[in-house]
Amino acid sequence: MSYLEYTVKSTPTGLRKILFLNWPLILLLTAVAGTGFLMLYSVAGGSYTPWAGPQMKRFALGLCLMLSIGLVPIWMWRNLAGVAYAVSVILLISVEFFGAVGMGAQRWIELGPLRLQPSEMTKITLVMFLAAYYDWLPAKKTSRPLWVLLPVLIIIAPTLLVIKQPDLGTAILLLAAGGGLMFLAGVHWAYFAAVLAAGVGLVAAVFQSRGTDWQMIKDYQFLRIDTFLDPSTDPLGTGYHIAQSKIALGSGGWMGRGFMQGTQSRLNFLPEKQTDFIFTTLAEEFGFVGGISLLTLYGLIVTFCIASAVMNKDRFSSLLTLGIGLNFFLFFAVNMSMVMGLAPVVGVPLPMVSYGGSAMLVLLLAFGLVQSAHVHRPR
Amino acid sequence: MRHSRADTDASHLKLSRRAALMGGVQLLFMGGLAARMWYLQVDQADQFRLLAEENRINIRLIPPVRGEIFDRNGMQLAKNVPSYRIIMVREDAGDFNAVLDRVAKLIDLSPEETERAREELGRRGDRSLPITIAEDVSWDAVSAISVNAPALPGVSPEVGTTRVYPRGSDFAHVVGRVGSVSPKDLEALESPDAVLRIPRFQIGKINVEAREEPLLRGVAGNRQVEVNATGRVMRELERREGQSGADLQLTIDAKLQNYVQARLQGESAAVVILDCEKGDILANSSAPSYDPNLFIGGILSRDYDPLLNDKYRPLVNKTVQGAYPPGSCFKMVTAMAAIEEGIISPDDTVYCPGHLEVGGRRFHCWKRAGHGWLDLEGSLKSSCDVYYYDLALKVGIEKISAMANRFGLGIKHDLALSSVNSGLTPTKEWKLRQRGADWVIGDTVNASIGQGFMLATPMQLAVMTARLATGREVTPRLIKSVNGVEQPVLGNESLGMRESNLRKMRKSMYSVVNDRRGTGYRSRIIAEGMRMAGKTGTSQVRSAVVDNKSVPWEQRDHALFVSFAPYDNPRFACAVLVEHGGGGSTAAAPIARDVMLQALYNGEPPLDAYPSADRGRIKTQQRALRDVQPEARINKSKDQA
Repeated sequence: MSYLEYTVKSTPTGLRKILFLNWPLILLLTAVAGTGFLMLYSVAGGSYTPWAGPQMKRFALGLCLMLSIGLVPIWMWRNLAGVAYAVSVILLISVEFFGAVGMGAQRWIELGPLRLQPSEMTKITLVMFLAAYYDWLPAKKTSRPLWVLLPVLIIIAPTLLVIKQPDLGTAILLLAAGGGLMFLAGVHWAYFAAVLAAGVGLVAAVFQSRGTDWQMIKDYQFLRIDTFLDPSTDPLGTGYHIAQSKIALGSGGWMGRGFMQGTQSRLNFLPEKQTDFIFTTLAEEFGFVGGISLLTLYGLIVTFCIASAVMNKDRFSSLLTLGIGLNFFLFFAVNMSMVMGLAPVVGVPLPMVSYGGSAMLVLLLAFGLVQSAHVHRPR
Repeated sequence: MRHSRADTDASHLKLSRRAALMGGVQLLFMGGLAARMWYLQVDQADQFRLLAEENRINIRLIPPVRGEIFDRNGMQLAKNVPSYRIIMVREDAGDFNAVLDRVAKLIDLSPEETERAREELGRRGDRSLPITIAEDVSWDAVSAISVNAPALPGVSPEVGTTRVYPRGSDFAHVVGRVGSVSPKDLEALESPDAVLRIPRFQIGKINVEAREEPLLRGVAGNRQVEVNATGRVMRELERREGQSGADLQLTIDAKLQNYVQARLQGESAAVVILDCEKGDILANSSAPSYDPNLFIGGILSRDYDPLLNDKYRPLVNKTVQGAYPPGSCFKMVTAMAAIEEGIISPDDTVYCPGHLEVGGRRFHCWKRAGHGWLDLEGSLKSSCDVYYYDLALKVGIEKISAMANRFGLGIKHDLALSSVNSGLTPTKEWKLRQRGADWVIGDTVNASIGQGFMLATPMQLAVMTARLATGREVTPRLIKSVNGVEQPVLGNESLGMRESNLRKMRKSMYSVVNDRRGTGYRSRIIAEGMRMAGKTGTSQVRSAVVDNKSVPWEQRDHALFVSFAPYDNPRFACAVLVEHGGGGSTAAAPIARDVMLQALYNGEPPLDAYPSADRGRIKTQQRALRDVQPEARINKSKDQA
């Protein structure tokens, strides 16, 4: 069923839409953001500056933005999907030339007071565009090679641009989200199996080639892999973050040291304590119970997204909702794995908790789309 | 594009299935995350909590204050002064090379110091430990660093103490010097004190500073501090004070040492003055000397190379490290061996024809014409060689060496100085073992006049003289007291030699200096009650007898003189060695008289202690030496006041 066949009358109109918003989702997001404020307040040593205060303002702004977007009919957004995607690819190309470099790799464009990070935006626009593509594509063509190749190109183009920045973390997220969306759209599982097999084969070949004449990657790259696999080999270099992070986490225990009682993050043993490694502060101060609670909140957010998507008969809406849910999941899954020493350190923040306006605004924007899909679902 | 209702329903079903599948995978992954969290936070919590404590708490050593060193009158020989240094913690500095360059530009670090700091920064090791990049910097440099702190991450000024030797080169060969702990020092120790790992921690390198290191160093205290990841101390949790090093008082008389060192200027020489009563070393001078202060922060090669290449070897402490043939100064030992054994009486005479035929080889007396008939006193006075050849042949080398040992030769005296040489008193067994050759009679003949294998250090010769003068087993002592606790005096026992024989020896030595025909007559003291007895020595460096003036410095004879004074109540024993100085009577004896008088009068002696013929020359010399003796000036102004 396409949006043209809606029984428009049963869809809420005007401000009545507010009643039909996905309120549990809003409450969950607010709860997570609240946790974030608490932690930012704590890592600043009990102060609203420099992190908690600005973060609150941004969240308020983002919440308004989300509601506004949620009230705009979903088909409007669907029509904009292609444009949004094109704009973000163009922006990705232009940051190559005009962008400012900071924080190691991430690049942005200054637009007046607004600091635009095209790679952040792309996470959403890619999902939008793919959802629109599969909404347009007849279901039976989904698995035909040509119709599989097209979305692959759609995914690869921004991914390569992001890799070039270089921002490997975001690139992996783009690839995973894009691939996930193709899977959700019903692309035949054999494609995924083939890609997976090829990937495993490639990794195996790279490792097999180590020390031989036809070694495929450089020695230092092998060393980096070694460090990831066993951080203790380099406790003061790359392994430092992971080791310190694990210490902070582990010292939290069951109930944690108590709010504002964390020693490790406050004493600066942890790098990026207010951004990528904020979870360690939470885990140290609130222990296992606190960590599980946050994980549960995240799980519920993902669950509500899936539920909303399954309830929604509009193909674009449900794919978009699932895609954004998947994106959100990837965010916290990668971040937590990294912090707990399960994944290499790549710059991925903890969604809605880590300090950083751009990431949170983009996420709330995305959830605005989810709200829009939810409000305007066919009934 | 429009899709049929059936199509949409089918595709939605498929989408829901896949969404469920993905949701399942996501849930599974979250389960994994939860399990990991449980593992880290509950299962392994204890271990990580421990690690966290270690992370947070840092034990910082408080370096102990090194003990100071004083002379016997309480004059400071080695002290600690506050010094500022600049340290860098690599971990916080980031690109430490760039930061170092900035520091170097800011405080005008010399290229050599910069290179040294760069090398130390480049070493492997704990990156959170501070590394000293500049030492002993001015207060201006400290404020420059503080003002520019934001641009210099990891760099901070620190106040510490450094060693200073206020008396410069006078005491290099006694007090020695400190220096930074080197990797070699650490390797030499089985379980090095943790304090030694403090970068550039100063430990004694030679002489008293090194030998009394355990006393001087003290015990490090520590403080437990809570630190953040950049190593900045947040607060102190616990403090345990250490223990300062012990203050040492030496037996040296700084004023006398200073005079002797000044008197030896320009020579390659050594002087030891002993207090006969207790064996206190009052002066231990080796010239030339060097300024130990140069070494403290690490000596630069532009300062070090000249010291190393100087043919007068300023780095060698000749009083205890240098072993020389004692020459005629040894004759008292040979004589004592003979008369103690009763082989001859001091009054027996021997005829000197100018040489002695032994084993088909002719051994000359220094006086080719011969001395004629001589008794003990006469032979010592004129330093006849043949007399002693004759004695030696009768006594034998074993007894001579045994007697030498009783007088403290060939024995390593336990002194707080570096590389103390034991000298050598050869025996038949020694030659066989060391040289793989049988002892020949010619060896005995050479040994009898302190040549051949016989070797002694100036310190040993001074001990020998003190023992002759007192008849007691005088043992040299360098450390007078530790933290005010007087150290034991050793060697009050009698040597067990017949007093009449000793008296005869002393009488003979008196004649050497005070008899008109004695070899040391020109260096006599004429003040009553201050008379000096002694023995000249000229030890050959080469075998052929050639005039000293016509050969290069390195091949000239060593000049020696041993003496004690006053003759009737010996208070001081003295040994003087002038390397390649020529004759003992001309090069060594005048020095001995000057330093002995200085000791006897505890300062500049009156001119009438000297024979009237010498007074003019001595007066000029005294005036010249006053300029290099701070104490002499001080005394003068006191006198005037």
